[in-house]
Amino acid sequence: MIDFITNFLSADIRTATPLLLAALGLVFSERAGIVNIGTEGIMLTGALLGCMGSAAFGSSAVGALYAMAGGAICGVIFAFFTVTLRANQIVVGTAFNIFALGFTTTLNRLSLNGAKAVGFPTYPVPLLSKIPILGEVLFNWSLPVYIAFLLVPACWFVLYKTNTGLKVRGVGEHPKASDTLGINVFRIRYGVLIFSGIMTGLAGAFVSMGQLSQFIENMVAGKGFMAVAVCVFGNYSPVSVMLAALLFGGADALKYRLLTTSIGGYYQFLNMLPYFITIVALCLFAKRSNKPASSGVAYRKE
Amino acid sequence: MAENIIEMRHITKRFGTLVANEDVNLNVEKGEVHALLGENGAGKSTLMNCLYGMYDTYEGEIIFDGKPVVIDDPKHAIALGIGMVHQHFMLIPVLTVIENVVLGLKDNKQVLDLKGAAARFTELGKKYNMEIDPWAKVEQLSVGQQQRVEILKALYRDARLLILDEPTAVLTPGEIDGLFDIMTALKNEGRTVIFISHKLNEIMRICDRCTVLRLGRVEATVRIDEVKDRNHLAALMVGRDVQLITDKAPCQLCGVQLEVENLTALSDMGLPAVQDMSFDIQGGEILGICGVDGNGQSELVQCITGLRKPTSGTIRIGGQDTTGASAREVLKKNVSHIPEDRHKFGMIGPMNIEENFILVSYKENLYSKKGLLNWNWIGKHSDELVKDYNVKTPNAKEEAKNLSGGNQQKMVVGRELDRSPRLLVAVHPSRGLDIGATKYIQSQIVRQRDNGTAVMMVSTELDELMELSDRILVMYEGQNMGILIQQEATREKLGALMAGIRDGDED
Repeated sequence: MIDFITNFLSADIRTATPLLLAALGLVFSERAGIVNIGTEGIMLTGALLGCMGSAAFGSSAVGALYAMAGGAICGVIFAFFTVTLRANQIVVGTAFNIFALGFTTTLNRLSLNGAKAVGFPTYPVPLLSKIPILGEVLFNWSLPVYIAFLLVPACWFVLYKTNTGLKVRGVGEHPKASDTLGINVFRIRYGVLIFSGIMTGLAGAFVSMGQLSQFIENMVAGKGFMAVAVCVFGNYSPVSVMLAALLFGGADALKYRLLTTSIGGYYQFLNMLPYFITIVALCLFAKRSNKPASSGVAYRKE
Repeated sequence: MAENIIEMRHITKRFGTLVANEDVNLNVEKGEVHALLGENGAGKSTLMNCLYGMYDTYEGEIIFDGKPVVIDDPKHAIALGIGMVHQHFMLIPVLTVIENVVLGLKDNKQVLDLKGAAARFTELGKKYNMEIDPWAKVEQLSVGQQQRVEILKALYRDARLLILDEPTAVLTPGEIDGLFDIMTALKNEGRTVIFISHKLNEIMRICDRCTVLRLGRVEATVRIDEVKDRNHLAALMVGRDVQLITDKAPCQLCGVQLEVENLTALSDMGLPAVQDMSFDIQGGEILGICGVDGNGQSELVQCITGLRKPTSGTIRIGGQDTTGASAREVLKKNVSHIPEDRHKFGMIGPMNIEENFILVSYKENLYSKKGLLNWNWIGKHSDELVKDYNVKTPNAKEEAKNLSGGNQQKMVVGRELDRSPRLLVAVHPSRGLDIGATKYIQSQIVRQRDNGTAVMMVSTELDELMELSDRILVMYEGQNMGILIQQEATREKLGALMAGIRDGDED
């Protein structure tokens, strides 16, 4: 039983990490009024680029940098279409996803073709990792996991206590009012999309290099969409987003635990579980919302 | 002669082919209250938006404090010491007052010191007698309080020149007095105020000089103390003499058309919006509904016109119970509705004038036969309506969104009055319209009343209500504060009732 709990909690944190990384980025871009459904595609791109960098240089750190740089570039492109050209954000996001699927598949077959990359090494925290159960669950991880969870208070602080955070919230709620105060709406929106791209890219790298250390076609499999759902369900607020990521990650972890039990035969249903929980959760908590007033609307200066 | 704080020279601003300002020259002296007077669409707000850097392209030059300056972004204007309170407030409802105040400040540290800012804000508020809780969320404040936040926001940035764009449109008479006190205080410490308005009596009361704009051009700049009567200013504004009073015969009552009994209804938020209201209106009279915006007038109108289900009470139109009836059932009782937001509820912008005219009556004889529209007849009838109701348009095939606000309203009024209603519900019929269009629409409403229609007119304009209504009902927090007949309805009495003070309540 203790093993089951330890395994379940570890699996929860492992599956929650990419959701949390991407969702923390999304908190900023959503708060600034951008709906980025292209997160799925950006994450997939990050997953591939991470493996490529890591395989080429034999270093997971270089892989992570590749993934984050790729995410940042995706962020700039997304911003160019949706902020500068004011294209519909959902359409551009969908295009991103379709493009990324084809792009990563092709690039993978041309280069890696399933080759092993160097995965993220584990850094047990000295002493703390020796605590029974807790040590194993909380203090025996690779860097992206620590980063994800340490960024929660950091993001909270930036969003609510700093000048930049206030501008981000202002721009998402009422871009014109922000403009009348001399804030450059376009610059803020480019900035948050680049940050969100970096976070999503890292999330993608963790998907491919966190456990398997290998890229598999379409391996993100909806985690990008779930990150968007986590951001919404977490009410666009870092701490709640973390809890949401753990809940959705838990559903995924539960799926794997249950597959090995007697009801494992209904695996199609179990596969559905995380997505099902996502939908139910979103329906139940749709009302209380920090959703910005100008969400999804491009700003046009006269 | 005093120094000019601002000189705008040869300003021309175009939107596509539309010229909003043409070769405008405006000089504003240091320390004066300068009025910008003009009809809607005369280009007052456009001119001020140029000055505040809201547009990045316009022709002409701006001299500030004797030096030529380039202002193509609000941050330049703010840096020069120009502040603007926009007609639609530029506040973020979900943020606190103090967050709104410090948002975008140039000298903000990366980690915000909101407590320090709040202390400075409170002190500033005390100085000008506008105390506002810096930690309240803006959405919890009344409109008047929000306006004060806007003014304080500009003063926090040490604005030497404050532009107020139609600030009185949303205020009660008492709040207007408060605003004028603030403006006087600002003037006394050497700040300059530009006051945009189309209300002559306010300009006569508070301003030193006045620049009149018409059709995007400057008509004149006059000293207020040299103006002999306000008809002169009105004539400058509209380019011809206007009759400021609408003629009205004594009313000929002809039977109750609308009865409202103990009506109670909730707002969209589920809060009580209309509370136990009772009144009736007879054919041949105008009942004005007076009150500050948001005191349940909208919900009351929606209940009567079938757009909202009341929680209790009864409504009878022409003696028949229409409580909870659908909008179409109400329309069938021969009710016309000039809605409060013509863009949202009164017309369909991308459709042409003909199509807008038939939105209600399309099913009736003459308009259609066996489900097919009779465009021949509709075309002829539309041309007549366009002519009768003085809608300025090349022809009736023009898209409604291309008309000016006044002409859109004339179109809506034309459609609604063409049905010769038994009950006319007119909500803010002249809101946002200039004097010419206002007078025209008011005269049409009076004509309808003289023909025996019962008219319910909701307005926030006291002048309009006092001039047109036979009786005035004041609403405050969803309640009927009392009904005054026209002769006894004074500005003071109405103002007190609008603020929720009944006779004898005063200490």
